[in-house]
Amino acid sequence: MTVANINVSETPLVLYALRRADDALILGHRLSELCGHAPMMEEDMALSNVALDLIGQARELYTYAAKVEGKDNDEDKLAYLRDVRQYRNLLLVEQPNGDFAQTLVRQFFYSAFADLYWRAMMNSRDTTLAAIAAKSEKETAYHLRHVSEWIIRLGDGTEESHARAQAAIDHLWAFTGEMFAVDDGERALIHAGIAIDPETLRGRWMTTLSDIVSEATLVLPQSDWMQQGGRSGRHSEHLGHLLSELQSMQRTFPGQTW
Amino acid sequence: MVTVLERDSELRQRAWDAAANVVDPEIPVLTIADLGVLRDVVLDGEHVEVAITPTYSGCPAMNMIALEIELALERAGFRQPKVRTVLSPAWTTDWMSEEGRRKLHAYGVAPPQASSSRRALFGEQAVACPQCGSNNTELLSEFGSTSCKALWRCKACREPFDYFKCH
Repeated sequence: MTVANINVSETPLVLYALRRADDALILGHRLSELCGHAPMMEEDMALSNVALDLIGQARELYTYAAKVEGKDNDEDKLAYLRDVRQYRNLLLVEQPNGDFAQTLVRQFFYSAFADLYWRAMMNSRDTTLAAIAAKSEKETAYHLRHVSEWIIRLGDGTEESHARAQAAIDHLWAFTGEMFAVDDGERALIHAGIAIDPETLRGRWMTTLSDIVSEATLVLPQSDWMQQGGRSGRHSEHLGHLLSELQSMQRTFPGQTW
Repeated sequence: MVTVLERDSELRQRAWDAAANVVDPEIPVLTIADLGVLRDVVLDGEHVEVAITPTYSGCPAMNMIALEIELALERAGFRQPKVRTVLSPAWTTDWMSEEGRRKLHAYGVAPPQASSSRRALFGEQAVACPQCGSNNTELLSEFGSTSCKALWRCKACREPFDYFKCH
């Protein structure tokens, strides 16, 4: 690691955009790890396509965060030159791919939320965030449909696929609470009509989950103990390893372009 | 005598035509005008700025398209042209021209259909095979060779084909 980390002035709006950008980048990167490794060709293309959409969303959000910050940063610096403690993504999206069920359950929890979230954000008073939302909701609708069909196939499939899907749900459930967490800075943005209150999405998110999971003959955990920390930079041990791969080229050859 | 106004509108048209003929590198039968990706051409003195809108957030063809537009405008005599990306309103397949749909079909790709529900699971929709025209087709994969396409198969002629997804 030969390049210094950048500093980011995290005003509430910069931080808000950065958190969503980090979610999209990290989840997109996780899915990109499966390119060439997915269990079948169609799924290889599907997961790579979803990764591409997410990384595209991340680029737009990073570009906006950099613009709002108004300093010398840009999308590349934000992605490649922040260390693990400066990343603001949900713990959920940094969890390893695990088996195919775990990859899909992680995607399912996220997409079920993101689908509602981007649709609601289309009404943001911030025109850039509303525009990003309008693009993202179209893409996310496809992601959710695709992954929901897989949850049903796995859950209502063989004994093996059912057991793996249930294990993935049980394992990842504790990472879902963070999607609904709001701090003071975000509270102010919600009052200003720039952000939306995620709590207003919880009911419909649960309905989406319950419908699919019960059709898949699976069950949602009853536990309401939730793990948090990603939004303020306290991550699981997995993110550092992910970043060391994602950032290795820019850290080794600073400023390199294609 | 040509007024400045007429000269400007003629120049703008020339710039528009040059940009409009740039093709999508993934689907080279379609121009960016056919796709509805070309949104605006603004002339400021001798300088020209072209506005395009991305089809999908992460579509890698957009960088290539922006570069091709700059080159096309330089070839048409415009110096230091600029390409700007606009996100709003979000691109939709409804902006694809009739001509574009015809060209796509002739190229072997089923053109996008009028909006069907993007949220219905295992969504039933009939996509006609661009090869033999049969409606006896099935979805193989929701995600195809590029962001904008799904992979289908015709059960009548047994040929696989791309379907340009409704967006």
